[in-house]
Amino acid sequence: MADITERLDEKADTPAADAKRRLPRSAITTLSVALVLLIWEGFGPYINPVFGSYPSAIAMAFWEISRTGKLWAALYESLQPFVVGYFLAIAIGVPLGLIVGRFRTLDAALGIYITAGYAMPLVALVPLLILWLGLGFKVKVAVIFLMSLFPICINTWVGVTAVPKSLIEVGKSFVASNTVILLRIVLPATLPYIMAGIRLAVGRAVVAMVVAEFFTTISGLGAIIINSANNFDTATMFVPIVLLMLMAIGLNSLILLFERRVAPWQAEISGRDKE
Amino acid sequence: MGEINIVDLSKNFTLTVDGKTQTVQALNRLSFTVRESEVVALIGPSGCGKTTALRIAMGLESASGGKVTVDGREVKGCGHDRGMVFQHAELLPWLTAMQNVMFGLEMKGMRGQPLHETAMQYLDLVGLKDSYHRRPYQLSGGMQQRVGIARALAIDPTVLLMDEPFGALDAQTREDLQEELLKIHARTHKTILFVTHDLDESVLLADRVVVMQHGRLQEIIPVPLPRPRNDLAALRGSQEFAETRYKIWRALHAAGSTVH
Repeated sequence: MADITERLDEKADTPAADAKRRLPRSAITTLSVALVLLIWEGFGPYINPVFGSYPSAIAMAFWEISRTGKLWAALYESLQPFVVGYFLAIAIGVPLGLIVGRFRTLDAALGIYITAGYAMPLVALVPLLILWLGLGFKVKVAVIFLMSLFPICINTWVGVTAVPKSLIEVGKSFVASNTVILLRIVLPATLPYIMAGIRLAVGRAVVAMVVAEFFTTISGLGAIIINSANNFDTATMFVPIVLLMLMAIGLNSLILLFERRVAPWQAEISGRDKE
Repeated sequence: MGEINIVDLSKNFTLTVDGKTQTVQALNRLSFTVRESEVVALIGPSGCGKTTALRIAMGLESASGGKVTVDGREVKGCGHDRGMVFQHAELLPWLTAMQNVMFGLEMKGMRGQPLHETAMQYLDLVGLKDSYHRRPYQLSGGMQQRVGIARALAIDPTVLLMDEPFGALDAQTREDLQEELLKIHARTHKTILFVTHDLDESVLLADRVVVMQHGRLQEIIPVPLPRPRNDLAALRGSQEFAETRYKIWRALHAAGSTVH
């Protein structure tokens, strides 16, 4: 009898014990980052400082330009067109994707431009945009907007086409108007796709921001990159690059958090269980 | 109120198979009537057109020929006079049980206090008053279908159309819900037309069973079990149950029913 109880206890404990034996995600990520930094730090100093840099040198350079406030002023300058362009892309890309996905005629009329626009070699068009919008704030917003619009729009569009027909029929069977079906059934059902598009767009918007700063008025973080590269100060050049990558990671997790808040059912119905 | 007339109903689908266009006849001049407050089961092998007939009656699909009328008015699309219960409940996953029931009511134009009260009243009717704030993924399959039934009933339609409503549930839950539906029918006297492939279910719930084969009407079999049908276990053991079930089985296995 005692034997049986003991075995049952053991069995009941297994899943918890299993979870304990598994490393938490954050620990694995930290370990991975630490390892990469360590290897980089180990090899970096043997390379000519013009051709490469390494973590401790970059950290020193970071301290140098952050102490003088130069880095933060540049970041502030860069973030302004970034925020405007990125949010404009969300504000236009999501509704556009929704209607193109929902209405046949719009799909046929506009779908082709969206598909083509995604592949548009934007860098090549920057000179033209400068002719239209000048060298200042507006052209930077335009470049960031155009780069982030398409992933958001296409993802929304794909999401709409993946909405189960049966859910739309629920709306129809209760005599819901097209607008109600779009806003109260299609939009919430598409949310996970929309959020994925918004996350994809972060990376593109960051790239666009730097591209805009290179090709229009040299300013912000892009200016630090160009100026330090011209001075062969590679360590300083890496500072904004690393900062931008960190910013993208931060934004990405923020959006993920937001997604879990606005679409909590998604995590429940789709398997987040990984091997 | 609540008489459904299906008159000469036909439906053709075009399919493209290997680049060739084929026309498939899903319904071929189907005619029958569901009387006021009556419960009618549509039964037949898969592909016989029973779901198509129901969807046309709901207004989710159009007929190629013939028509469906509800209380004399021809069906030309969905309407609040008909409530649909889907096979897999089809609740909106981002809404709570209560909000799902409210959705249909809001589409009917109800707002404010009556909206909440009516939704709660129908959740209570299906025994889910205490789970009103749960979302679909927090409900079992049987509970989800209860919400689906509440959502359809809440708009107070004159007829209830159900597409294999209990087909996706386990045997025990199915029996619970069958009993529940009989109780609801005894209280509301709604006209109910439901699709099923379950012989027992058709006999237990329906007043008449419409057997379909290849898009046509095969036979209409009346169920002589008296109402109210409270004790389903006793009914299952009765002579009438066995005989009716056998009649339907024979109609289903009549000549020409080899395609499944």
